[in-house]
Amino acid sequence: MTELTLGKALGAGLRQAMRDDDKVVLLGEDIGKLGGVFRITDGLLDEFGAKRVIDTPLAESGIVGTAVGLAFRGYRPVVEIQFDGFVYPAFDQIVAQVAKLHYRTQGRVRMPITIRIPWAGGIGAAEHHSESPEAYFVHTAGLRVIAVSNPEDAYRSLRQAIASDDPVIFFEPKRLYHHKGEVDLDAPLADAPPMGLARVVREGTDATLITYGAMVSTALQAAEAAEDDGISIEVIDLRSLSPIDYDSVAASVRKTGRVVVAHEASREAGVAAEVIASITERCFEYLESAPLRVTGHDIPYPPAKLEKYHLPDLDRLLDAVDRVLDRPNSLTGAEA
Amino acid sequence: MSPQITPIADTAQDLELTERILTPDGTRISNPQLDAYVADVDAEQLRALHRDMIILRRIDAEGVALQRQGQLGLWAPCQGQEATQIGTARAIAPQDYIFPSYRETGVIYARGAAPGDYVRMWRGEEGAGHDPSGLRVAPLQIIIGAQTLHAVGYALGIKHDGADEVAVTYFGDGATSQGDVNEAMIFASSYQAPVVFVCQNNHWAISEPVALQSQYPIAGRAPGFGIPSLRVDGNDVLACMAAMRWALAHARAGKGPAYIEAVTYRMGPHTTADDPTRYRESAELDQWRQRDPIARLEAHLRAAGELSDEHLAETQAAADDVARDMRAACLGMTTRPPLAVFDGVYAEPHTGLERQRGEYAAYLATFDGEV
Ligand SMILES: Cc1ncc(C[n+]2csc(CCOP(=O)(O)OP(=O)(O)O)c2C)c(N)n1
Repeated sequence: MTELTLGKALGAGLRQAMRDDDKVVLLGEDIGKLGGVFRITDGLLDEFGAKRVIDTPLAESGIVGTAVGLAFRGYRPVVEIQFDGFVYPAFDQIVAQVAKLHYRTQGRVRMPITIRIPWAGGIGAAEHHSESPEAYFVHTAGLRVIAVSNPEDAYRSLRQAIASDDPVIFFEPKRLYHHKGEVDLDAPLADAPPMGLARVVREGTDATLITYGAMVSTALQAAEAAEDDGISIEVIDLRSLSPIDYDSVAASVRKTGRVVVAHEASREAGVAAEVIASITERCFEYLESAPLRVTGHDIPYPPAKLEKYHLPDLDRLLDAVDRVLDRPNSLTGAEA
Repeated sequence: MSPQITPIADTAQDLELTERILTPDGTRISNPQLDAYVADVDAEQLRALHRDMIILRRIDAEGVALQRQGQLGLWAPCQGQEATQIGTARAIAPQDYIFPSYRETGVIYARGAAPGDYVRMWRGEEGAGHDPSGLRVAPLQIIIGAQTLHAVGYALGIKHDGADEVAVTYFGDGATSQGDVNEAMIFASSYQAPVVFVCQNNHWAISEPVALQSQYPIAGRAPGFGIPSLRVDGNDVLACMAAMRWALAHARAGKGPAYIEAVTYRMGPHTTADDPTRYRESAELDQWRQRDPIARLEAHLRAAGELSDEHLAETQAAADDVARDMRAACLGMTTRPPLAVFDGVYAEPHTGLERQRGEYAAYLATFDGEV
């Protein structure tokens, strides 16, 4: 075991994937000498050279479209989009080309492309640097969508994404880039749980709190705080947003009967809506109260000084937990 | 590379500002830039090009007919563009890989498409009309300009593999306004990728004239990206072939991308859903009829005493055979069973989709035994 930040774990994952398969090439803005604006690709140019660590012109559609051509040729491109808010110029190439070519050709053309996106807010960034666009991609058939929450997962899932014959949108919570954790760099990839599986991060019996990405930490804090009140919260890290591991989700809901789903992204037609609809379809009879969402508001991502009012925090999570447990809460107005 | 690119695009004048080898009446003239590239083309090869164009025009007419008869959802005719498509495609080597748009029927014909390949996509049976790895042609592209980037990425792969191959991409004049096409030129130039851009300037993007996309001749843009270009008469099959041989040789020699603008004309509607009488004058069409690419080569061959009525009749019969096979393949297609809608979305199992497939299979099973 090695202690690494999430950012370093991602870099280690890229390095290992490139060593494992010489068809793996990286494309992105500033990923060469600079090592990426977040330094995730630091040192890779030196080790693998400019044919495999490709600095690109500043054109997101161009980056992804070029990756499509490389995939046609049998390469496994790993694309770095510099920030979440800059993926939109590449949206067409992602949803109309990357996602569809396998289907259109009945599997004769594969698109093993990994699109890494430094993602989401909470770092006091400028406009367009804090967005949570995951629902667009989850809604697109043909893509897999991964959101990591800790260094170990980042290292393993990134390698799995690169090894996958399907295109993967890979969300990296930039708020956690500097968070440290233990990573087993030598564990064989074959022994790792599959990419699509959710993880129970903390067991509990009274309510299930489902989330992903940087919000997993917030959820764990909420669970600890709730414990002081004698409430036992189970926390699930979805890890994969497409597919979503509904077997793990349903198992937890059957145990607790009460559900809160949380994410930073806006509420309307978001991932939480999907999770709750599926829970309702699959295990309605186990539910003891209506599932609740705690999400960002349906607003453009606000200026940094206001983001704390947008991002779900500990108190909003606990308030929702109180509501699904029919305890005094912001709606009843009563004190505990 | 073209010396005559003028700053203001004028559709009428433009025609005289292209490189050509055959004049519209079929006279062979000398072209210092292009002649060397087709010095080996003898009468037999000219007859083969002529035959290709006749067959392509017949395939295209059959596509229109099949659509009118309700057998295809849509068809994008290429009548008038035979010289551009055949001339360029016949210069491409078997190992080269092509990224076309939706109008390149002649290109997949030249690559050896099977009869059903022309219609499978338009009939709605499969997303791609043909097997890309078999023909070394990517699926027909509907998103304007997207394929140009794919060609550049592929070419970058060729370069890194050190392979003796070139990627070729086809697109229209309207496509040159798209960001992707411009990004493709930047990437191609920056990486010196072995890719050839072929712009089929057929003068119209549905109802929009080329002057709305470009106030400057399209071939004139490429040099600004550091890419040499040629502006050729797209109705002159020899000029198209020569230009393509120049471009391919340039790319193959490791000199990076090359660009061709073939100035041609789409004689029919944009697609079978379009009505060109709403936006263009019949006089314009008449003018272009005088420049018909097939008639031009025919006149040349006739004058040289290299085309007999007998040969022409044989060629027409061969074209009819191709059309007949295409029609038979079209009418003989069987639609895959309902659960096939789920096939091929992912390369690896996806639990969400598998659940949906299971649910739909169970639903379909409730009809079992019903007549
Ligand atoms: C991104 C995109 N926008 C719009 C369309 C609709 N459309 C289909 S063909 C076409 C005109 C294209 O003109 P051009 O590039 O000149 O090619 P041509 O059809 O003349 O061969 C348009 C607007 C499309 N297919 N894709």
